[in-house]
Amino acid sequence: MYYVRNFELGVVSAHKKGLISIPIYLGIGQESIASTLSCFLPKGIPIFAQHRAHSYFLAFGGNPNYLKSELLSNSDFGTKGARGSASISSTEINMFGHSGLMGDQVPIAVGYGLTTGLPTLSVVGDASVEEDYVMSSIGYAVKRSIPLLLICEDNNLSILTEKSVRRNWETSEVAKAYGAKSFDIDDTPASIWKTLEKWNMKEVFVVNVRTTRHYWHAGSGQDQAPQIDRLSEMRESLELQGLKDQVVAIESRIKQEIETLWN
Amino acid sequence: MELNLAEFITAKCEELLISQGGLIMGQCLTAVGWVGGTVPKLPDHEGLIELSMADVAGGGIAVGAALNGLKPIVYVVRYQGFLWYNAISVVNYAAKSYELFGVKCPLLVRAIAMEGGIGPVAGGSHHSMFMRMPGINIAAPMTPNEWGEVWDFHFANPNPTIISEHRLSYKISKDFPSIQSSNPEVTLLAISAGRISANQASSELIKNGIESDLYHLTWLSPLRFPSGFLDSLRNSKLCLIIDSDFEYGGLADTVAVQILDAVPDARIKIMGLSRKSAGFSPQTDNVTPSSSRIVEKVTEMLFERPARKL
Repeated sequence: MYYVRNFELGVVSAHKKGLISIPIYLGIGQESIASTLSCFLPKGIPIFAQHRAHSYFLAFGGNPNYLKSELLSNSDFGTKGARGSASISSTEINMFGHSGLMGDQVPIAVGYGLTTGLPTLSVVGDASVEEDYVMSSIGYAVKRSIPLLLICEDNNLSILTEKSVRRNWETSEVAKAYGAKSFDIDDTPASIWKTLEKWNMKEVFVVNVRTTRHYWHAGSGQDQAPQIDRLSEMRESLELQGLKDQVVAIESRIKQEIETLWN
Repeated sequence: MELNLAEFITAKCEELLISQGGLIMGQCLTAVGWVGGTVPKLPDHEGLIELSMADVAGGGIAVGAALNGLKPIVYVVRYQGFLWYNAISVVNYAAKSYELFGVKCPLLVRAIAMEGGIGPVAGGSHHSMFMRMPGINIAAPMTPNEWGEVWDFHFANPNPTIISEHRLSYKISKDFPSIQSSNPEVTLLAISAGRISANQASSELIKNGIESDLYHLTWLSPLRFPSGFLDSLRNSKLCLIIDSDFEYGGLADTVAVQILDAVPDARIKIMGLSRKSAGFSPQTDNVTPSSSRIVEKVTEMLFERPARKL
Protein backbone atom coordinates (compact mmCIF):
# COMPACT_ATOMS: atom_id res chain seq x y z
CA MET A 1 0.00 0.00 0.00
CA TYR A 2 2.75 2.37 0.94
CA TYR A 3 4.67 1.66 -2.24
CA VAL A 4 1.65 2.27 -4.44
CA ARG A 5 0.72 5.44 -2.53
CA ASN A 6 4.21 6.87 -2.88
CA PHE A 7 4.54 5.95 -6.51
CA GLU A 8 1.28 7.76 -7.24
CA LEU A 9 2.30 10.78 -5.18
CA GLY A 10 5.31 10.86 -7.50
CA VAL A 11 2.84 10.86 -10.40
CA VAL A 12 0.97 13.78 -8.80
CA SER A 13 4.21 15.73 -8.49
CA ALA A 14 5.25 14.99 -12.08
CA HIS A 15 1.79 15.94 -13.32
CA LYS A 16 1.82 19.24 -11.45
CA LYS A 17 5.23 20.01 -12.94
CA GLY A 18 3.77 19.48 -16.40
CA LEU A 19 5.87 16.41 -17.13
CA ILE A 20 2.85 14.25 -17.94
CA SER A 21 0.83 15.18 -21.00
CA ILE A 22 -1.59 12.23 -21.11
CA PRO A 23 -4.73 11.70 -19.01
CA ILE A 24 -3.93 10.05 -15.68
CA TYR A 25 -6.24 8.13 -13.38
CA LEU A 26 -5.03 7.94 -9.81
CA GLY A 27 -6.11 5.34 -7.30
CA ILE A 28 -4.77 7.12 -4.24
CA GLY A 29 -7.00 6.16 -1.33
CA GLN A 30 -8.02 2.85 -2.94
CA GLU A 31 -4.65 1.05 -2.69
CA SER A 32 -5.70 -1.42 -0.03
CA ILE A 33 -7.76 -3.38 -2.55
CA ALA A 34 -5.09 -4.21 -5.12
CA SER A 35 -2.47 -4.62 -2.40
CA THR A 36 -4.50 -7.16 -0.46
CA LEU A 37 -5.52 -9.02 -3.60
CA SER A 38 -1.90 -9.28 -4.69
CA CYS A 39 -0.96 -10.90 -1.39
CA PHE A 40 -3.87 -13.32 -1.46
CA LEU A 41 -4.19 -14.41 -5.09
CA PRO A 42 -1.84 -16.79 -6.89
CA LYS A 43 1.07 -15.21 -8.74
CA GLY A 44 0.35 -14.84 -12.44
CA ILE A 45 -3.43 -14.78 -12.15
CA PRO A 46 -4.79 -13.15 -15.34
CA ILE A 47 -5.82 -9.57 -14.57
CA PHE A 48 -8.41 -7.62 -16.54
CA ALA A 49 -8.72 -4.14 -15.08
CA GLN A 50 -9.43 -0.73 -16.61
CA HIS A 51 -8.39 2.85 -15.90
CA ARG A 52 -7.28 3.62 -12.32
CA ALA A 53 -5.22 0.45 -12.26
CA HIS A 54 -1.69 1.61 -11.46
CA SER A 55 -2.22 -0.08 -8.11
CA TYR A 56 -2.84 -3.46 -9.75
CA PHE A 57 0.12 -3.08 -12.04
CA LEU A 58 2.47 -2.25 -9.17
CA ALA A 59 1.05 -4.54 -6.50
CA PHE A 60 1.15 -7.56 -8.80
CA GLY A 61 4.79 -6.95 -9.65
CA GLY A 62 4.76 -4.74 -12.74
CA ASN A 63 7.95 -2.84 -13.49
CA PRO A 64 7.61 0.67 -12.00
CA ASN A 65 10.13 2.06 -14.48
CA TYR A 66 7.91 0.88 -17.29
CA LEU A 67 4.83 2.52 -15.77
CA LYS A 68 6.73 5.74 -15.20
CA SER A 69 7.96 5.64 -18.79
CA GLU A 70 4.40 5.18 -20.07
CA LEU A 71 3.15 8.07 -17.98
CA LEU A 72 5.93 10.33 -19.21
CA SER A 73 5.36 9.02 -22.77
CA ASN A 74 9.06 8.46 -23.28
CA SER A 75 10.82 5.55 -24.92
CA ASP A 76 12.93 4.41 -21.97
CA PHE A 77 10.89 1.28 -21.23
CA GLY A 78 7.36 1.31 -22.55
CA THR A 79 5.37 2.13 -25.66
CA LYS A 80 5.88 5.92 -25.58
CA GLY A 81 2.58 6.40 -23.83
CA ALA A 82 0.47 4.35 -26.24
CA ARG A 83 -0.88 2.37 -23.30
CA GLY A 84 -0.54 5.33 -21.00
CA SER A 85 -2.24 5.35 -17.63
CA ALA A 86 -5.67 4.04 -18.62
CA SER A 87 -4.58 1.03 -20.67
CA ILE A 88 -1.52 -0.04 -18.74
CA SER A 89 -0.72 -3.71 -19.24
CA SER A 90 2.10 -6.19 -18.95
CA THR A 91 2.53 -9.63 -20.40
CA GLU A 92 5.16 -10.29 -17.70
CA ILE A 93 2.56 -10.18 -14.92
CA ASN A 94 -0.34 -11.40 -17.10
CA MET A 95 -2.14 -8.09 -16.88
CA PHE A 96 -4.14 -7.45 -20.02
CA GLY A 97 -4.64 -3.98 -21.44
CA HIS A 98 -7.93 -2.14 -21.48
CA SER A 99 -9.57 -0.57 -24.51
CA GLY A 100 -11.01 2.44 -22.72
CA LEU A 101 -14.57 1.18 -23.07
CA MET A 102 -15.56 0.90 -19.43
CA GLY A 103 -16.49 -2.54 -18.26
CA ASP A 104 -15.63 -4.39 -21.48
CA GLN A 105 -12.93 -6.16 -19.53
CA VAL A 106 -15.61 -8.24 -17.81
CA PRO A 107 -16.96 -10.20 -20.82
CA ILE A 108 -13.39 -10.46 -22.08
CA ALA A 109 -12.26 -11.89 -18.75
CA VAL A 110 -15.17 -14.33 -18.84
CA GLY A 111 -14.11 -15.48 -22.31
CA TYR A 112 -10.51 -15.84 -21.20
CA GLY A 113 -11.62 -17.88 -18.19
CA LEU A 114 -13.77 -20.01 -20.48
CA THR A 115 -10.85 -20.89 -22.74
CA THR A 116 -8.20 -21.34 -20.07
CA GLY A 117 -10.19 -22.59 -17.09
CA LEU A 118 -7.88 -20.45 -14.95
CA PRO A 119 -9.02 -18.37 -12.00
CA THR A 120 -9.28 -14.90 -13.51
CA LEU A 121 -9.46 -11.48 -11.90
CA SER A 122 -11.54 -8.67 -13.34
CA VAL A 123 -11.79 -5.25 -11.77
CA VAL A 124 -14.51 -2.69 -12.39
CA GLY A 125 -15.67 0.51 -10.73
CA ASP A 126 -19.13 1.32 -9.47
CA ALA A 127 -19.78 3.18 -12.72
CA SER A 128 -18.52 0.60 -15.19
CA VAL A 129 -20.46 -2.15 -13.46
CA GLU A 130 -23.54 -0.37 -14.83
CA GLU A 131 -22.50 -0.99 -18.42
CA ASP A 132 -25.03 -3.20 -20.21
CA TYR A 133 -22.71 -6.07 -20.81
CA VAL A 134 -21.19 -6.47 -17.34
CA MET A 135 -23.92 -8.20 -15.38
CA SER A 136 -25.05 -10.27 -18.35
CA SER A 137 -21.47 -11.55 -18.53
CA ILE A 138 -21.61 -12.45 -14.85
CA GLY A 139 -24.80 -14.37 -15.53
CA TYR A 140 -23.10 -16.31 -18.30
CA ALA A 141 -20.01 -16.95 -16.19
CA VAL A 142 -22.24 -18.43 -13.49
CA LYS A 143 -23.97 -20.62 -16.06
CA ARG A 144 -20.61 -21.92 -17.31
CA SER A 145 -19.00 -22.15 -13.83
CA ILE A 146 -16.13 -19.91 -14.84
CA PRO A 147 -13.66 -19.21 -12.02
CA LEU A 148 -14.02 -15.45 -12.11
CA LEU A 149 -13.26 -13.03 -9.29
CA LEU A 150 -14.99 -9.72 -9.99
CA ILE A 151 -13.91 -6.86 -7.78
CA CYS A 152 -15.96 -3.69 -7.90
CA GLU A 153 -14.05 -0.72 -6.52
CA ASP A 154 -17.03 1.25 -5.32
CA ASN A 155 -15.98 4.84 -4.62
CA ASN A 156 -19.58 5.95 -5.15
CA LEU A 157 -18.65 8.27 -7.98
CA SER A 158 -18.88 8.27 -11.75
CA ILE A 159 -16.66 11.30 -12.36
CA LEU A 160 -18.67 13.33 -9.82
CA THR A 161 -22.12 11.78 -10.15
CA GLU A 162 -23.02 9.78 -7.10
CA LYS A 163 -24.36 6.26 -7.31
CA SER A 164 -27.74 7.21 -5.80
CA VAL A 165 -28.37 9.50 -8.76
CA ARG A 166 -27.66 6.72 -11.26
CA ARG A 167 -29.31 3.61 -9.88
CA ASN A 168 -31.33 1.95 -7.13
CA TRP A 169 -29.51 -1.36 -7.08
CA GLU A 170 -26.32 -2.68 -5.52
CA THR A 171 -23.75 -4.73 -7.36
CA SER A 172 -23.70 -7.52 -4.81
CA GLU A 173 -27.48 -7.89 -4.86
CA VAL A 174 -27.70 -8.10 -8.64
CA ALA A 175 -24.77 -10.51 -8.80
CA LYS A 176 -26.53 -12.66 -6.23
CA ALA A 177 -29.67 -12.64 -8.35
CA TYR A 178 -27.58 -14.00 -11.22
CA GLY A 179 -26.46 -16.84 -8.98
CA ALA A 180 -23.00 -15.59 -8.06
CA LYS A 181 -21.58 -15.64 -4.57
CA SER A 182 -21.32 -11.98 -3.69
CA PHE A 183 -20.36 -9.67 -0.88
CA ASP A 184 -20.45 -5.98 -0.05
CA ILE A 185 -17.57 -4.95 2.19
CA ASP A 186 -15.35 -2.06 3.21
CA ASP A 187 -11.79 -1.74 1.97
CA THR A 188 -9.80 -2.62 5.06
CA PRO A 189 -7.24 -5.28 4.19
CA ALA A 190 -8.73 -7.54 6.87
CA SER A 191 -12.23 -7.35 5.36
CA ILE A 192 -10.93 -8.04 1.89
CA TRP A 193 -8.76 -10.94 3.06
CA LYS A 194 -11.51 -12.60 5.09
CA THR A 195 -13.91 -12.32 2.17
CA LEU A 196 -11.43 -13.76 -0.32
CA GLU A 197 -10.98 -16.76 1.95
CA LYS A 198 -14.53 -17.72 1.02
CA TRP A 199 -13.67 -18.05 -2.69
CA ASN A 200 -12.88 -21.59 -3.80
CA MET A 201 -11.39 -20.32 -7.10
CA LYS A 202 -13.77 -22.53 -9.05
CA GLU A 203 -16.82 -20.29 -9.27
CA VAL A 204 -17.94 -16.73 -9.88
CA PHE A 205 -17.24 -14.57 -6.86
CA VAL A 206 -18.27 -10.92 -6.80
CA VAL A 207 -17.05 -8.47 -4.20
CA ASN A 208 -18.21 -4.88 -4.03
CA VAL A 209 -15.59 -3.01 -2.05
CA ARG A 210 -16.57 0.40 -0.71
CA THR A 211 -13.62 2.68 -0.94
CA THR A 212 -12.59 6.34 -1.01
CA ARG A 213 -11.05 8.11 -3.96
CA HIS A 214 -8.76 10.90 -2.78
CA TYR A 215 -8.21 12.61 -6.13
CA TRP A 216 -10.35 13.64 -9.06
CA HIS A 217 -11.62 11.15 -11.62
CA ALA A 218 -8.74 12.19 -13.88
CA GLY A 219 -5.73 14.36 -13.21
CA SER A 220 -4.06 15.35 -9.97
CA GLY A 221 -6.70 17.64 -8.48
CA GLN A 222 -8.30 17.24 -5.09
CA ASP A 223 -11.46 18.89 -3.78
CA GLN A 224 -11.16 18.22 -0.08
CA ALA A 225 -9.21 16.21 2.44
CA PRO A 226 -10.41 12.59 2.32
CA GLN A 227 -12.57 11.37 5.19
CA ILE A 228 -11.09 7.89 5.14
CA ASP A 229 -7.47 6.95 4.59
CA ARG A 230 -6.82 3.22 4.97
CA LEU A 231 -3.09 3.67 4.70
CA SER A 232 -2.98 5.94 7.75
CA GLU A 233 -5.28 3.57 9.60
CA MET A 234 -3.02 0.67 8.73
CA ARG A 235 0.04 2.52 9.96
CA GLU A 236 -1.68 3.39 13.26
CA SER A 237 -2.82 -0.18 13.68
CA LEU A 238 0.68 -1.55 13.14
CA GLU A 239 2.11 0.97 15.58
CA LEU A 240 -0.44 -0.06 18.18
CA GLN A 241 0.77 -3.60 17.70
CA GLY A 242 4.28 -2.46 18.59
CA LEU A 243 5.60 -2.54 15.04
CA LYS A 244 6.49 1.12 14.73
CA ASP A 245 10.20 0.53 14.12
CA GLN A 246 9.48 -1.97 11.34
CA VAL A 247 6.95 0.39 9.76
CA VAL A 248 9.42 3.27 9.82
CA ALA A 249 12.13 1.10 8.29
CA ILE A 250 9.89 -0.17 5.50
CA GLU A 251 8.54 3.29 4.74
CA SER A 252 12.02 4.79 4.69
CA ARG A 253 13.26 2.18 2.23
CA ILE A 254 10.25 2.61 -0.06
CA LYS A 255 10.42 6.39 0.10
CA GLN A 256 14.05 6.33 -0.96
CA GLU A 257 13.30 3.88 -3.77
CA ILE A 258 10.47 6.02 -5.09
CA GLU A 259 12.51 9.22 -4.85
CA THR A 260 15.27 7.59 -6.86
CA LEU A 261 12.71 6.41 -9.40
CA TRP A 262 11.13 9.81 -9.96
CA ASN A 263 14.28 11.93 -9.74
CA MET B 1 -17.62 -35.39 -54.34
CA GLU B 2 -17.46 -31.63 -54.67
CA LEU B 3 -18.59 -29.83 -51.54
CA ASN B 4 -20.72 -26.76 -51.70
CA LEU B 5 -19.74 -23.82 -49.51
CA ALA B 6 -22.04 -24.72 -46.62
CA GLU B 7 -20.66 -28.27 -46.56
CA PHE B 8 -17.11 -27.00 -46.84
CA ILE B 9 -17.55 -24.59 -43.89
CA THR B 10 -19.10 -27.37 -41.82
CA ALA B 11 -16.17 -29.66 -42.60
CA LYS B 12 -13.62 -27.00 -41.61
CA CYS B 13 -15.49 -26.24 -38.40
CA GLU B 14 -15.72 -29.92 -37.56
CA GLU B 15 -11.98 -30.27 -38.07
CA LEU B 16 -11.42 -27.28 -35.80
CA LEU B 17 -13.55 -28.83 -33.06
CA ILE B 18 -12.29 -32.38 -33.27
CA SER B 19 -8.67 -32.15 -34.38
CA GLN B 20 -7.59 -28.73 -33.18
CA GLY B 21 -9.41 -28.40 -29.85
CA GLY B 22 -10.99 -25.15 -31.00
CA LEU B 23 -14.21 -23.51 -29.95
CA ILE B 24 -17.18 -22.40 -32.03
CA MET B 25 -19.28 -19.83 -30.22
CA GLY B 26 -22.53 -18.12 -31.01
CA GLN B 27 -26.23 -17.85 -30.29
CA CYS B 28 -28.62 -20.68 -31.15
CA LEU B 29 -25.98 -22.63 -33.04
CA THR B 30 -27.76 -25.89 -32.48
CA ALA B 31 -31.17 -24.57 -33.41
CA VAL B 32 -33.17 -25.71 -36.40
CA GLY B 33 -31.02 -25.50 -39.50
CA TRP B 34 -27.64 -25.38 -37.74
CA VAL B 35 -26.99 -21.88 -39.08
CA GLY B 36 -27.85 -22.69 -42.66
CA GLY B 37 -26.13 -26.05 -42.40
CA THR B 38 -22.73 -24.50 -41.68
CA VAL B 39 -22.21 -25.74 -38.11
CA PRO B 40 -21.36 -29.39 -37.48
CA LYS B 41 -24.17 -31.35 -35.90
CA LEU B 42 -22.31 -32.18 -32.72
CA PRO B 43 -24.66 -30.85 -30.04
CA ASP B 44 -22.82 -32.54 -27.20
CA HIS B 45 -19.34 -31.46 -28.23
CA GLU B 46 -17.80 -29.33 -25.49
CA GLY B 47 -16.26 -27.03 -28.05
CA LEU B 48 -19.60 -25.97 -29.44
CA ILE B 49 -20.41 -23.08 -27.13
CA GLU B 50 -23.93 -21.70 -26.96
CA LEU B 51 -23.71 -18.09 -25.83
CA SER B 52 -26.52 -16.33 -24.03
CA MET B 53 -28.65 -13.87 -25.98
CA ALA B 54 -26.69 -10.92 -24.59
CA ASP B 55 -25.36 -9.58 -27.89
CA VAL B 56 -22.70 -7.19 -26.65
CA ALA B 57 -21.46 -9.44 -23.85
CA GLY B 58 -21.33 -12.43 -26.20
CA GLY B 59 -18.96 -10.64 -28.54
CA GLY B 60 -16.74 -9.72 -25.61
CA ILE B 61 -16.69 -13.30 -24.37
CA ALA B 62 -15.62 -14.50 -27.82
CA VAL B 63 -12.84 -11.91 -27.87
CA GLY B 64 -11.61 -12.97 -24.44
CA ALA B 65 -11.66 -16.61 -25.52
CA ALA B 66 -9.35 -15.79 -28.43
CA LEU B 67 -6.79 -13.82 -26.42
CA ASN B 68 -3.23 -15.07 -26.72
CA GLY B 69 -4.36 -17.43 -29.48
CA LEU B 70 -4.48 -20.31 -27.00
CA LYS B 71 -7.21 -22.05 -29.00
CA PRO B 72 -8.65 -21.37 -32.45
CA ILE B 73 -11.94 -19.57 -31.86
CA VAL B 74 -14.77 -19.06 -34.33
CA TYR B 75 -17.54 -16.65 -33.42
CA VAL B 76 -20.71 -17.06 -35.45
CA VAL B 77 -22.96 -14.05 -35.95
CA ARG B 78 -26.16 -15.26 -37.56
CA TYR B 79 -27.22 -11.93 -39.07
CA GLN B 80 -24.75 -9.27 -40.11
CA GLY B 81 -27.01 -6.44 -38.98
CA PHE B 82 -26.49 -7.62 -35.42
CA LEU B 83 -22.80 -6.87 -35.79
CA TRP B 84 -23.61 -3.35 -34.63
CA TYR B 85 -24.07 -5.00 -31.22
CA ASN B 86 -21.91 -8.11 -31.50
CA ALA B 87 -18.80 -6.42 -32.85
CA ILE B 88 -18.23 -3.87 -30.11
CA SER B 89 -15.41 -5.76 -28.44
CA VAL B 90 -14.13 -7.10 -31.76
CA VAL B 91 -13.56 -3.56 -32.97
CA ASN B 92 -12.60 -1.94 -29.69
CA TYR B 93 -10.49 -4.69 -28.21
CA ALA B 94 -9.56 -7.57 -30.49
CA ALA B 95 -8.51 -5.27 -33.32
CA LYS B 96 -6.28 -3.24 -31.02
CA SER B 97 -4.87 -5.95 -28.81
CA TYR B 98 -1.86 -6.95 -30.88
CA GLU B 99 -0.87 -3.46 -31.95
CA LEU B 100 -1.31 -1.80 -28.55
CA PHE B 101 -0.70 -4.57 -26.05
CA GLY B 102 1.38 -7.06 -27.99
CA VAL B 103 -1.22 -9.76 -27.31
CA LYS B 104 -2.60 -11.75 -30.24
CA CYS B 105 -6.36 -11.96 -30.57
CA PRO B 106 -6.99 -14.11 -33.64
CA LEU B 107 -10.76 -14.32 -33.42
CA LEU B 108 -12.45 -15.51 -36.58
CA VAL B 109 -15.90 -13.95 -36.96
CA ARG B 110 -18.24 -15.71 -39.34
CA ALA B 111 -20.74 -12.95 -40.03
CA ILE B 112 -23.62 -14.19 -42.11
CA ALA B 113 -25.62 -11.95 -44.38
CA MET B 114 -29.15 -12.76 -45.35
CA GLU B 115 -31.67 -10.70 -47.21
CA GLY B 116 -35.23 -10.80 -48.29
CA GLY B 117 -38.11 -10.43 -45.85
CA ILE B 118 -36.13 -10.10 -42.64
CA GLY B 119 -36.56 -6.44 -41.96
CA PRO B 120 -34.54 -3.36 -41.12
CA VAL B 121 -31.78 -4.72 -38.85
CA ALA B 122 -31.16 -8.37 -39.65
CA GLY B 123 -31.03 -7.96 -43.42
CA GLY B 124 -28.19 -7.12 -45.75
CA SER B 125 -24.41 -7.17 -45.62
CA HIS B 126 -22.61 -4.87 -43.22
CA HIS B 127 -18.93 -5.53 -43.88
CA SER B 128 -18.44 -1.82 -44.57
CA MET B 129 -18.60 -0.96 -40.89
CA PHE B 130 -15.19 -2.53 -40.37
CA MET B 131 -13.43 -0.91 -43.33
CA ARG B 132 -12.43 2.20 -41.39
CA MET B 133 -10.96 0.29 -38.45
CA PRO B 134 -7.32 -0.75 -38.38
CA GLY B 135 -6.36 -4.16 -37.08
CA ILE B 136 -9.13 -6.20 -38.72
CA ASN B 137 -8.92 -8.42 -41.78
CA ILE B 138 -12.10 -8.51 -43.85
CA ALA B 139 -12.97 -10.89 -46.65
CA ALA B 140 -16.15 -11.81 -48.48
CA PRO B 141 -15.56 -15.28 -49.94
CA MET B 142 -18.34 -16.88 -51.94
CA THR B 143 -16.78 -20.21 -52.90
CA PRO B 144 -15.14 -23.08 -50.99
CA ASN B 145 -11.70 -22.26 -52.40
CA GLU B 146 -11.97 -18.62 -51.44
CA TRP B 147 -13.29 -19.44 -47.98
CA GLY B 148 -10.46 -21.93 -47.43
CA GLU B 149 -7.91 -19.33 -48.45
CA VAL B 150 -9.30 -16.85 -45.92
CA TRP B 151 -9.33 -19.52 -43.22
CA ASP B 152 -5.66 -20.38 -43.83
CA PHE B 153 -4.67 -16.71 -43.92
CA HIS B 154 -6.48 -16.03 -40.67
CA PHE B 155 -4.87 -18.75 -38.62
CA ALA B 156 -1.43 -17.44 -39.49
CA ASN B 157 -2.37 -13.90 -38.41
CA PRO B 158 -2.45 -12.25 -34.96
CA ASN B 159 -5.52 -10.11 -35.62
CA PRO B 160 -9.24 -10.82 -35.89
CA THR B 161 -10.80 -11.58 -39.25
CA ILE B 162 -14.34 -10.89 -40.36
CA ILE B 163 -15.60 -13.35 -42.92
CA SER B 164 -18.55 -11.69 -44.56
CA GLU B 165 -20.57 -14.70 -45.67
CA HIS B 166 -23.78 -14.51 -47.64
CA ARG B 167 -26.45 -17.16 -47.45
CA LEU B 168 -26.89 -16.96 -51.21
CA SER B 169 -23.41 -18.47 -51.55
CA TYR B 170 -23.96 -21.60 -49.49
CA LYS B 171 -24.94 -23.80 -52.43
CA ILE B 172 -22.00 -22.66 -54.58
CA SER B 173 -19.34 -25.29 -55.15
CA LYS B 174 -17.33 -23.98 -58.10
CA ASP B 175 -15.07 -20.97 -58.42
CA PHE B 176 -16.29 -17.76 -59.98
CA PRO B 177 -13.83 -17.10 -62.79
CA SER B 178 -13.41 -13.54 -63.93
CA ILE B 179 -14.89 -12.75 -67.34
CA GLN B 180 -12.61 -10.99 -69.80
CA SER B 181 -13.31 -9.75 -73.29
CA SER B 182 -10.98 -8.33 -75.92
CA ASN B 183 -12.37 -4.81 -75.88
CA PRO B 184 -14.53 -4.27 -72.78
CA GLU B 185 -16.81 -1.26 -72.72
CA VAL B 186 -17.23 -1.54 -68.99
CA THR B 187 -15.45 -3.32 -66.13
CA LEU B 188 -17.60 -4.74 -63.37
CA LEU B 189 -16.17 -5.28 -59.91
CA ALA B 190 -18.50 -7.35 -57.78
CA ILE B 191 -18.54 -8.13 -54.06
CA SER B 192 -20.40 -10.76 -52.05
CA ALA B 193 -23.92 -11.49 -53.36
CA GLY B 194 -23.37 -8.76 -55.92
CA ARG B 195 -21.19 -11.31 -57.69
CA ILE B 196 -24.12 -13.59 -58.41
CA SER B 197 -26.16 -10.77 -59.94
CA ALA B 198 -23.15 -9.41 -61.81
CA ASN B 199 -22.42 -12.82 -63.26
CA GLN B 200 -25.94 -13.03 -64.66
CA ALA B 201 -25.80 -9.42 -65.81
CA SER B 202 -22.60 -10.11 -67.70
CA SER B 203 -24.36 -12.76 -69.82
CA GLU B 204 -27.31 -10.45 -70.42
CA LEU B 205 -25.00 -7.63 -71.48
CA ILE B 206 -23.38 -9.86 -74.09
CA LYS B 207 -26.82 -10.67 -75.47
CA ASN B 208 -27.38 -6.92 -75.74
CA GLY B 209 -24.14 -6.55 -77.66
CA ILE B 210 -22.21 -4.97 -74.79
CA GLU B 211 -18.81 -6.41 -73.99
CA SER B 212 -18.04 -6.27 -70.28
CA ASP B 213 -15.35 -7.64 -68.04
CA LEU B 214 -16.26 -9.00 -64.63
CA TYR B 215 -13.92 -9.30 -61.66
CA HIS B 216 -14.65 -10.64 -58.21
CA LEU B 217 -13.38 -8.94 -55.07
CA THR B 218 -12.84 -11.26 -52.12
CA TRP B 219 -10.26 -9.44 -49.96
CA LEU B 220 -11.70 -6.20 -48.67
CA SER B 221 -9.09 -5.36 -46.03
CA PRO B 222 -6.30 -5.61 -46.86
CA LEU B 223 -7.81 -4.60 -50.19
CA ARG B 224 -6.51 -6.84 -52.96
CA PHE B 225 -7.76 -6.13 -56.44
CA PRO B 226 -8.21 -9.30 -58.51
CA SER B 227 -5.53 -9.96 -61.06
CA GLY B 228 -6.22 -8.19 -64.35
CA PHE B 229 -8.85 -5.84 -62.96
CA LEU B 230 -6.86 -2.60 -63.15
CA ASP B 231 -5.61 -3.45 -66.67
CA SER B 232 -9.17 -4.05 -67.78
CA LEU B 233 -10.21 -0.71 -66.33
CA ARG B 234 -7.32 1.09 -68.01
CA ASN B 235 -8.82 -0.22 -71.20
CA SER B 236 -12.54 0.37 -70.56
CA LYS B 237 -12.18 3.49 -68.37
CA LEU B 238 -15.63 2.71 -66.99
CA CYS B 239 -16.24 0.80 -63.77
CA LEU B 240 -19.31 -0.36 -61.95
CA ILE B 241 -18.86 -1.65 -58.41
CA ILE B 242 -21.65 -3.93 -57.18
CA ASP B 243 -21.88 -4.72 -53.49
CA SER B 244 -24.43 -6.30 -51.15
CA ASP B 245 -23.77 -3.61 -48.48
CA PHE B 246 -25.08 -0.06 -48.65
CA GLU B 247 -23.88 1.85 -51.68
CA TYR B 248 -23.55 5.13 -49.77
CA GLY B 249 -20.67 5.79 -47.37
CA GLY B 250 -19.34 2.29 -47.31
CA LEU B 251 -16.87 -0.19 -48.68
CA ALA B 252 -17.62 0.61 -52.32
CA ASP B 253 -16.74 4.28 -51.78
CA THR B 254 -13.39 3.32 -50.30
CA VAL B 255 -12.73 0.89 -53.14
CA ALA B 256 -13.61 3.58 -55.68
CA VAL B 257 -11.07 5.97 -54.17
CA GLN B 258 -8.39 3.29 -54.28
CA ILE B 259 -9.26 2.53 -57.92
CA LEU B 260 -8.98 6.20 -58.86
CA ASP B 261 -5.58 6.29 -57.25
CA ALA B 262 -4.46 3.61 -59.74
CA VAL B 263 -6.55 4.65 -62.76
CA PRO B 264 -7.20 8.40 -62.39
CA ASP B 265 -9.11 8.79 -65.62
CA ALA B 266 -11.65 6.06 -64.86
CA ARG B 267 -15.32 6.84 -64.28
CA ILE B 268 -16.81 4.83 -61.46
CA LYS B 269 -20.37 4.17 -60.35
CA ILE B 270 -21.54 2.18 -57.37
CA MET B 271 -24.51 -0.08 -56.82
CA GLY B 272 -25.49 -1.64 -53.54
CA LEU B 273 -28.27 -1.49 -51.01
CA SER B 274 -30.31 1.68 -51.43
CA ARG B 275 -30.15 4.44 -48.84
CA LYS B 276 -33.30 3.37 -47.02
CA SER B 277 -34.37 1.01 -44.27
CA ALA B 278 -35.58 -2.37 -45.38
CA GLY B 279 -39.18 -3.33 -44.79
CA PHE B 280 -40.38 -6.90 -44.53
CA SER B 281 -42.48 -7.00 -47.68
CA PRO B 282 -41.04 -7.45 -51.18
CA GLN B 283 -42.18 -3.96 -52.19
CA THR B 284 -40.46 -2.32 -49.19
CA ASP B 285 -37.38 -4.54 -48.97
CA ASN B 286 -33.79 -3.46 -49.69
CA VAL B 287 -31.70 -6.13 -51.37
CA THR B 288 -28.58 -6.61 -53.48
CA PRO B 289 -29.00 -5.14 -56.98
CA SER B 290 -30.50 -7.64 -59.40
CA SER B 291 -28.94 -8.49 -62.76
CA SER B 292 -31.61 -6.45 -64.58
CA ARG B 293 -30.82 -3.38 -62.50
CA ILE B 294 -27.13 -3.85 -63.26
CA VAL B 295 -27.81 -4.12 -67.00
CA GLU B 296 -29.94 -0.99 -66.80
CA LYS B 297 -27.20 0.86 -64.93
CA VAL B 298 -24.48 -0.18 -67.37
CA THR B 299 -26.62 0.91 -70.31
CA GLU B 300 -27.17 4.25 -68.64
CA MET B 301 -23.43 4.66 -67.94
CA LEU B 302 -22.54 3.89 -71.55
CA PHE B 303 -25.10 6.38 -72.77
CA GLU B 304 -23.73 9.10 -70.48
CA ARG B 305 -20.07 8.71 -71.15
CA PRO B 306 -18.15 10.62 -73.81
CA ALA B 307 -17.22 8.67 -76.96
CA ARG B 308 -14.09 6.57 -76.50
CA LYS B 309 -10.96 7.30 -78.47
CA LEU B 310 -10.09 4.23 -80.52
